[in-house]
Amino acid sequence: MSSIFLYTVISLTGLGVASAFVLFLVAQRFKVYEDPRISEVEEELPAANCGGCGFPGCRNFAEALVKSEDFEGLYCPVGGNETMNRVAEILGKVAVAQEPKVAVLRCNGACEYRPRTNRYNGSETCAIVAALYGGDTGCEYGCLGYGDCVEVCKFDALRMDYKTGLPVVTDENCTACGACVKECPKNLFELRKRNKKDRKIYVACMNEDKGGVARKSCSVACIGCVKCFNVCPWEAITMKNNLAFIDAEKCRLCRLCAPECPTNCIIETGFPIKKEKTEKTKAEQVTAPTNDKPGEANNESKNISEK
Amino acid sequence: MLKTFAKGGIYPPENKLSAKSGIRDLPLPKAVTIPLSQHLGSPSKPVVEAGEHVKTGQLIAKSEGYVSSNIHSSVSGKITKIDAFIDSSGYKRKAILVNVEDDQWLEDIIRSKEVVREFSLSSEEIINKIIEAGIVGLGGATFPTHVKLNIPRGKKTEYLIVNGIECEPYLTADHALMLEHGEELMVGVQLLKKALKVEKALIGIENNKADAISHIAALAKKYEGIDVYALKVKYPQGGEKQLIKALLDREVPSGGLPIDIGVVAFNVGTTLAVYEAVQKNKPLFERIVTLTGKSVKNPSNFRVRIGTPVSLLIEEAGGLPCDTGKIVYGGPMMGKALNDLSVPVTKGCAGILILPETESLRKKIEPCIRCSRCVSVCPMGLEPYLLMGLSQKNLYERLESDKVLDCIECGSCSYICPSNRPLLDYIRLGKAAVSKIIRPTK
Repeated sequence: MSSIFLYTVISLTGLGVASAFVLFLVAQRFKVYEDPRISEVEEELPAANCGGCGFPGCRNFAEALVKSEDFEGLYCPVGGNETMNRVAEILGKVAVAQEPKVAVLRCNGACEYRPRTNRYNGSETCAIVAALYGGDTGCEYGCLGYGDCVEVCKFDALRMDYKTGLPVVTDENCTACGACVKECPKNLFELRKRNKKDRKIYVACMNEDKGGVARKSCSVACIGCVKCFNVCPWEAITMKNNLAFIDAEKCRLCRLCAPECPTNCIIETGFPIKKEKTEKTKAEQVTAPTNDKPGEANNESKNISEK
Repeated sequence: MLKTFAKGGIYPPENKLSAKSGIRDLPLPKAVTIPLSQHLGSPSKPVVEAGEHVKTGQLIAKSEGYVSSNIHSSVSGKITKIDAFIDSSGYKRKAILVNVEDDQWLEDIIRSKEVVREFSLSSEEIINKIIEAGIVGLGGATFPTHVKLNIPRGKKTEYLIVNGIECEPYLTADHALMLEHGEELMVGVQLLKKALKVEKALIGIENNKADAISHIAALAKKYEGIDVYALKVKYPQGGEKQLIKALLDREVPSGGLPIDIGVVAFNVGTTLAVYEAVQKNKPLFERIVTLTGKSVKNPSNFRVRIGTPVSLLIEEAGGLPCDTGKIVYGGPMMGKALNDLSVPVTKGCAGILILPETESLRKKIEPCIRCSRCVSVCPMGLEPYLLMGLSQKNLYERLESDKVLDCIECGSCSYICPSNRPLLDYIRLGKAAVSKIIRPTK
């Protein structure tokens, strides 16, 4: 009886050793060398797999970083300069620092400013609506409000405001990965330089129609009146296709342009509330001739400073 | 047993309300908006300026490139602006606005109704006249006709197919055309046969148009090489590929064109336009449009000048019914809801459909129950539920390998789905993305 055990143990052990040897040879023959630094670099990355760097995932980005000579065109917007410096340390290279950025929505056409012209009844995604027509308001450049951007945001930085029908960016959470920029069929998101205390001044409109047409469809549309362009001492504002654009790199946050805007489409955020008083008077001065705007203008600035 | 295509297909209620109403001339509007891109391909380039006076039939925009088409003024009057106006795409696009003053036609257009049967033109001369007249496929795809007539080297054409199917429910524009312009149609077929240098022409008509079938068949007897076929009623038989399959039992290869299997197909409207262009020197500036709907007072077929606002058609048919839910530009299956009544009628518009509120609203979207009805009705043999899923997940390589570009956007899948899933909406998105991303790299 015991001999059966003995034979079994011996034959199975022999088989095991033989297989192990074969496996060892195969492993030697088909060995794939992988740079251990790839895993090290991957550890440092945020592991969000958001695609903000332009690669499908953090692993692919790590591979590209290890292969690259001087990090040209490679940057992790989520990790920022800190992560890039640590990665550079591991690889013995020098990281090029980039300014931190934040996404802004270049549309301020809330329901109250932009009346609906028709009722949409179909698939509720921006992509499909944009493929069908210009949207259910008179402005074909503005936000459609079905929240495709909120869906793609992996950092909880976007939410839909159901009062205005527009998405709202939470600056603290935004990593400037650019997912919303790519997703928005109307190209309304822009990645802008992040200033101190999240201060921002930007034109919240993309309407390229002529002034009268734009104004008719939305009361806070940029009408291309060139007032802000004329007042800007830093040449930060450019006019193109009846639309003003403030270059975040050149803008010094002097706040001269916003009160000039007759439609209040230049938005300021992050500025201290104490300045509101001067802001108010300025807004009143500008809008006094039309006589129906001051209230709205005040609400506007109040809302913004509350944010 | 009547012929039809093999794969898939649906049987929506026909609702051909305006079938017996004949064709009425629509009065001239006060102003027309003539869009510069009414055809597949690059938009035309305007050759007139604001302030100029034009006559009916005068060239106002020239084709840009090979796949493009000339555009002619549909009225006589003064050009007020060349600017962006909303059109059936739902976006503002460049168009020419003409203020109507009177109706002076160009001198060389023959306005008499007499049918001119004789012609002595060569194939090239016919094609040149078609290019000049700016004729595009009037079935809805608006593909420039001259491109189809130019047979690539090495390909042989055996058959000319004339499409009188009109499988879209409600629409009767082609039906009315066949009844009233049968003689002209026959001459048009002869011209196209000459242009293509083919001996045989087949006309396909669905069996719900018995009067048109007998009328056209009687006329065709007088000519050699024209056969008329009655086909079983099934949507989407008016699709070029489905019609060829039904008539000749030949299948257009995936990604190919009908010419690859020796066939060229034209709509009856296009054939009539060819007749008018060649025999009467009349460019394409008017077409027959059905205005219909269950609550419309007088569903009718109108002869409409290109650029006429939709609102005028509605007015002429008895005004907008009070229960209107949607105004659809085109037929109920492939048409598109309008958001503005100033949208002009273009070359590709076969009908305007006014749907009552109760029929126009979409139902609640439920989860897919894997019943595979969409698969069984797809006339192209695709798997719509799968394509929709892939499109939602942005898996473009798989969409392409699953032949999303073969989809003819007939909407049978969305029609049949018991869970009201927006299959076609997502397939269209996927198609657009695939043709934008993957096609150019090949």
